[in-house]
Amino acid sequence: MTFAHLPALAITVPLVAAPLAVLVRRSAPAWAIATAACAFSFFAAILLAAEVAAHGAVSYPLGSWAPPWGIEYRIDAFSAFVLVLVSGMATVVAPYAWRSVAAELPRDRIYLFYALYCLSVAGLLGMTITGDAFNVFVFMEIASLSSYVLIALGRDRRALLAAFQYLVLGTIGATFFVIGVGLLYLMTGTLNLADMAARLQDVRGTRPVLAALAFITVGVSLKLALFPLHFWLPNAYAYAPSVVTAFLAATATKVSVYVLMRFYFGVFGVRLVTGTLPMAEILLGLSLIAIFTASLVALWQQDLKRLFAYSSVAQIGYITLGVSMASRDGLTAAVVHLFNHGVTKGALFLLLGGVALRAGRATLQSVQGLGRRMPITSLGIVIAGLSLIGIPGTAGFVSKWYLVLGALEQGHWWLAGFVVLTSLIAVAYVWRFVEAAYLAEPGPGAPEPGETPLAMLVPAWILVLACVGFGLQTSFTVDSAQRAAALLLGGGP
Amino acid sequence: MIAEFPGGLLLIAAGLALPWLPRALRAPVAVAAPALVFLQLLAIAPGYRLEVDAFGFALTLVRADRLSLAFGYVFTIAAFLNAIFGWQVREGPEQPAALVYAGSALAAVFAGDLLTLFVFWELSAVASALVIWARGTPRAYRAGMRYLVVQLVSGMLLAAGAALRYAESGSLAFEFIGLASPGGLLILVAFGIKCAFPLLHNWLQDAYPEASATGTVVLSAFTTKLGIYALARGFPGTEALIWIGTAMTAFPIFYAVIENDLRRVLAYSVNNQLGFMVVGIGLGTDLGLNGAVAHAFADILFKALLFMSMGAVLLRAGTVNGTGLGGLHKSMPLTTGFCMVGAASISAFPLFSGFVTKSMIMVSAAEQGHDGVWLVLLFASAGVFHHAGIKIPFFAFFAHDSGIRCKEAPTHMLVAMALAAALCIGIGSFPGLLYAILPWPVHYDPYTASHVLSQLQLLIFSALAFSWLMRNGIYPPELRSTNLDFDWIYRNPGKRIALGALEAMAALRAELDAMVRRSGTALNGWLRTHHALDGALAKTWSTGGMALWVAAMLAAYLIVYFL
Repeated sequence: MTFAHLPALAITVPLVAAPLAVLVRRSAPAWAIATAACAFSFFAAILLAAEVAAHGAVSYPLGSWAPPWGIEYRIDAFSAFVLVLVSGMATVVAPYAWRSVAAELPRDRIYLFYALYCLSVAGLLGMTITGDAFNVFVFMEIASLSSYVLIALGRDRRALLAAFQYLVLGTIGATFFVIGVGLLYLMTGTLNLADMAARLQDVRGTRPVLAALAFITVGVSLKLALFPLHFWLPNAYAYAPSVVTAFLAATATKVSVYVLMRFYFGVFGVRLVTGTLPMAEILLGLSLIAIFTASLVALWQQDLKRLFAYSSVAQIGYITLGVSMASRDGLTAAVVHLFNHGVTKGALFLLLGGVALRAGRATLQSVQGLGRRMPITSLGIVIAGLSLIGIPGTAGFVSKWYLVLGALEQGHWWLAGFVVLTSLIAVAYVWRFVEAAYLAEPGPGAPEPGETPLAMLVPAWILVLACVGFGLQTSFTVDSAQRAAALLLGGGP
Repeated sequence: MIAEFPGGLLLIAAGLALPWLPRALRAPVAVAAPALVFLQLLAIAPGYRLEVDAFGFALTLVRADRLSLAFGYVFTIAAFLNAIFGWQVREGPEQPAALVYAGSALAAVFAGDLLTLFVFWELSAVASALVIWARGTPRAYRAGMRYLVVQLVSGMLLAAGAALRYAESGSLAFEFIGLASPGGLLILVAFGIKCAFPLLHNWLQDAYPEASATGTVVLSAFTTKLGIYALARGFPGTEALIWIGTAMTAFPIFYAVIENDLRRVLAYSVNNQLGFMVVGIGLGTDLGLNGAVAHAFADILFKALLFMSMGAVLLRAGTVNGTGLGGLHKSMPLTTGFCMVGAASISAFPLFSGFVTKSMIMVSAAEQGHDGVWLVLLFASAGVFHHAGIKIPFFAFFAHDSGIRCKEAPTHMLVAMALAAALCIGIGSFPGLLYAILPWPVHYDPYTASHVLSQLQLLIFSALAFSWLMRNGIYPPELRSTNLDFDWIYRNPGKRIALGALEAMAALRAELDAMVRRSGTALNGWLRTHHALDGALAKTWSTGGMALWVAAMLAAYLIVYFL
């Protein structure tokens, strides 16, 4: 019984956990409920991924209404992979939240945090698992609304402005998305993604379909913070509570990329998107600008959370760069980087949360001499930083490698060079941390000797080790990504 | 199990463990680790391979053949000598970094594929930069930083070249590469940076003399010789290398003669000796390649010996400037003796190691009909004798007495120098031992009457020239002045024209530098205005402004689609 309903349970368990957390009103049980719900989803995601790997895609009709009339949950190679990432990150971050949230939030609001956290997890998982266009919008709103509040919970008063701006822009994005979905519904009369893709064949190239593509592209680009629609992201990441930054950076933008790829390749089809329209060229151009300018902006930042937030914008550029190639290697690179960057950024922001706990704020000033004051935390940041740069032996290298291969495959030597050269900017901004932490004397703002509490350090280091682990043992990530790429380009499970 | 474990990784592990050991154990471990690895290498037969799966590739972690083993032996010997020489260095990152550096160079030599090579190539770059920084002076920090940037660029070129080759052939194997593909050219430049090709060489003279007394000895052994090994593996018989190598042997002579810092003089002579090896590789014959390997082997040892003697002088006398030294043979007689052994080896005196190795390359050049090359190499040999063979010992230990009275070098340094000196003489006197481990069979006898005679003539006339210059007081560093170049012009009107040209070149370079810097500033300014903290791309936008962008993007997409 349970296994058959696993797809629904993976989403509903965190969804139901949210009101439960509100009902108990105390922080400890709320935390326990949230952690257990996330762990359950992770467990379910792994089982589903194993099932997909063994027997191909799983289709689950919600409420036994058969698709295309009812809502279909569809788990295939791509969505299973993203489900594992999102639920896995949620499960690693939840134990971390115990100490971090207690330090950063007023006591009487902690249970609300856990409720919203569960909602956000449920929303992101729902966006991934569903095979229904309108359902994507519903879950997108659940995830977005909860994340606005999560960001606004930040100690810094500027968090309110950041959350407000994100709210306005996020709503515009979601509205654009639903307008696009509405136009598609108008043209095809269906909301089921697979059904929609089949029926679009007849009306391909008509104006409403093109308009739908434009609305969906802009709406989702906003959500995934593609240049020049990324301006909400740095403040949101910088002023949100540490846990929220880590979780959103690792998952929210990644799920949006997932939705974009789903719509481009799964609904509109590669023939329309890159064949008849100059979509690939536009995406390529925007990705290049994103990588270049965001990396440079990161170079001058003083606040480490902002620095790595801009670096996220640049890294998203690498993912969309892979998407724009619309080739097997390119999409593999995009999907692998989506996962690897999620893990890397998660590790970085979790560790920065530890620094913030001990030093008040994580700025380049306050981390001076951190190598001696908090050696384990600093070492973790350096290792995750290496993964961000893409040093061999780390997860980041694997994705960059496939990106370069994708570029070479299309004969774009200069693009391969660009990827390698812009990695140098990443070297520079990671080096700024190394310089402050290891080569400078501890300044007045530096924390007293003493590590991050173990309850925060262990989850963070699990991700740091994952950065190295996925760099050495690539079979899970690369195989999954290759299957996802094959799926998106047609053929394969 | 231990016997299977790659020696390079063993050294790296030892280096990483070093800071955690009790102080008394550090030096013994640093000495024992290379010794163990050396014994392990002796047990490995050519043809042994160790393959692992990582990054989704089948990587060849160890590929032992006669070429990699020859370099493996000398790298472990050098690491062993360095550890003895640095016995008293127990604090700071120098000893651990030196071991990691030696280990990664060793691992790179045994790498059977380009990805493994790249990983250890970069690791050796980072570790060696740490060795430079360990001196702790601001100058060392800056020089180390410049050094690191150059080395990382070399690594990036290697990675790019490897990726190109992989895209073309689907293989990462590190075998003959050649210049047939664009990837090959990139890799050649990457190797060329390590080998300090002319115009790519400045990092060497810039960084080596800035390390500590012990650090420079460590540096001299591995980086450039790793480049030579990689070149011998990937580009044997590439004709361009003959000309590059020939230029390399000749041009540093002039700089070395006028340089005052004796460790920098040695750095120039590193360059010059590398030139011989590059020529040997470019010739690509069995004799030429054997000569390159043999000369690399001998060079590591005698260059280490010379740097060690200068390190001892720096430690005791506090300076290695030619004008500040002199007469040290009274205080440091043993160091003087060892330095003279090193000087005789680099100058290729019969019975010393340079004699039996350098000549292999020269004979090979002559056999191939490269008479011009042979003549330049001959000139370079004379020049080496001039600046490294005579100038170094003469100004440091003899010349006019500077009045410095110091203690003899510490015992552990003397032991290291004695071992190195013994190896130099051993190789020179019994070349068969070295010839036996070379990659190809050797049919060459250095001790023929004509070779011994001609070499002695060369040395004697070169010595005569030096004495004549000294007697007439025109040999540069003997001038009682701080600014050598300026006085030199003053006393030698005949050289004015040449130096005028040099000055014009310097002015032109300064102008170019300024131009680059100006455009750099302009670019930097532009980047700053847009990307720095309050730049347009970095500041917080108003909500309306952001929304406007969204509308603009939508409009742009719609227009593009509907067109």
